[in-house]
Amino acid sequence: MEFITDLFANFWVSLGGKLLLVALMVPLIGMVLGFAEMKLSAKMQSRVGPYFAGGRWGWAQLIADGVKFFQKEDIIPDDADKPVFKSAPILVLVGTVALFVVIPFGPGLIFNDLDVGIFYALAISSLSTIGVLMAGWSSANKYSLMGGLRAAGQLIAYELPLVLAVVGTVIMAGTMSMEGIVEAQIGAGYPFVIVQFVGFGIFMIAALAELTRIPFDMPIAESELVMGYVTEYSGFRFLFFFLAEFANMFTMSAIAATLFLGGYWLPGVPESVLSYAGPVILMGKVFLLAFVMIWFRWTFPRFREDQLQTLAWKVLVPLALANIAVTAILKVAF
Amino acid sequence: MTTTQKRTIPGGGMLKGLWVTLSTMFKTILLPKKHLATVNYPKVKETPVPRARGVIALDQEACTVCMLCARQCPDWCIYIEGHKEEQPATKPGGRIKVRSELDRFDIDYALCMYCGICVEVCPFDALFWTPEYEYSEGRMGDMLHDMDRLQDWMPTVPEPPALEK
Repeated sequence: MEFITDLFANFWVSLGGKLLLVALMVPLIGMVLGFAEMKLSAKMQSRVGPYFAGGRWGWAQLIADGVKFFQKEDIIPDDADKPVFKSAPILVLVGTVALFVVIPFGPGLIFNDLDVGIFYALAISSLSTIGVLMAGWSSANKYSLMGGLRAAGQLIAYELPLVLAVVGTVIMAGTMSMEGIVEAQIGAGYPFVIVQFVGFGIFMIAALAELTRIPFDMPIAESELVMGYVTEYSGFRFLFFFLAEFANMFTMSAIAATLFLGGYWLPGVPESVLSYAGPVILMGKVFLLAFVMIWFRWTFPRFREDQLQTLAWKVLVPLALANIAVTAILKVAF
Repeated sequence: MTTTQKRTIPGGGMLKGLWVTLSTMFKTILLPKKHLATVNYPKVKETPVPRARGVIALDQEACTVCMLCARQCPDWCIYIEGHKEEQPATKPGGRIKVRSELDRFDIDYALCMYCGICVEVCPFDALFWTPEYEYSEGRMGDMLHDMDRLQDWMPTVPEPPALEK
């Protein structure tokens, strides 16, 4: 036991271990959420969903899909800006994977507890916007370009309410560190969603838009733009986009759970068991939020582009600003 | 105002939509037998309606190689070849009869769009719709059914409906 602790005290060994863990977690989570999406959407439409792959319930469907993507030819269009085209999916996935750094899975169970944790998370999540724009620009395809432009407009518009919604929580917690925010909620004795319900709602709507999922999927609207910025992608580069979407769904849900729902803590659970029960509690909350995202996707139709911008600039941003003002006043008053 | 508009809560429609998907989901999970709209196809099969347009069967004996079907086909997916055979006169001094023999009758189901014009147009009732639908192939070329294969579909032709009075 001591040998292992000593081994992991070495910086490089612990870094390697963490990298390996994230590298395993991302595809696993992508598969679990992707499979949940397939099955739940099927049930919501009175269908069976995947059934035959893997023998029972079609549990191996996404493994089969992954293998299929690896078998496919990696097509790069002749007119494409090749280095940009090739690196865009990597950038999108990196922006997603880097978010795992600041998610606290339990007390002390965090890859790195940065002092500016939530700030880092919001900053690094806009990295994937650049990846999306790169993909749209470099594909040499009008649909890709339109999708990329729409994505840029949408992601920039919703970045603002996303950040502003978080500010209320940060004011309440008095810290930007993700662990600090959870500890502040433990100290307060209630998850911040009880007070910050407006912030939570804005955060979830903006997160849905950031994920470019239905009802905010204009950048990849398949009935208008073929597949938007991923039109020209095939094989494992397409798989990267696919994986990034589901991994992003997980990280966004995890951040929302940490900021508003108490993260790895549940009211009534003694703090002594949190280091074991914490990851389970967090996972439960994450999957609850992911279910809500899937549920929304299969219920609502797509927004129109101007409705989307109106919602962001005329509704969410003023609401978030009012939320900040009220939170700040109450924080000073009490 | 004469028309009374039903008062609704703002956003109530969205909640209604969410309720529809959620209740459908629970119904499908809890009572799949009652609420599933689909069947597990290769294991369970639905019976198509008698007049379903599955595949076209050919009665070789009835065909006179008139080529009407091939000429009417919008996709040009019917290929017909034939030759003429002289039949000896039935009585001495009688006229020699000429009869068309069918050599080739292929329908390319990779091209066919199941419009049924060939069935409609056939003056000798040599073509029939049958509700069979399981003839997918691994290769595109195998979708070309020759006349023997088309003849094999004949037993699956449903009984024609009774005449109206």
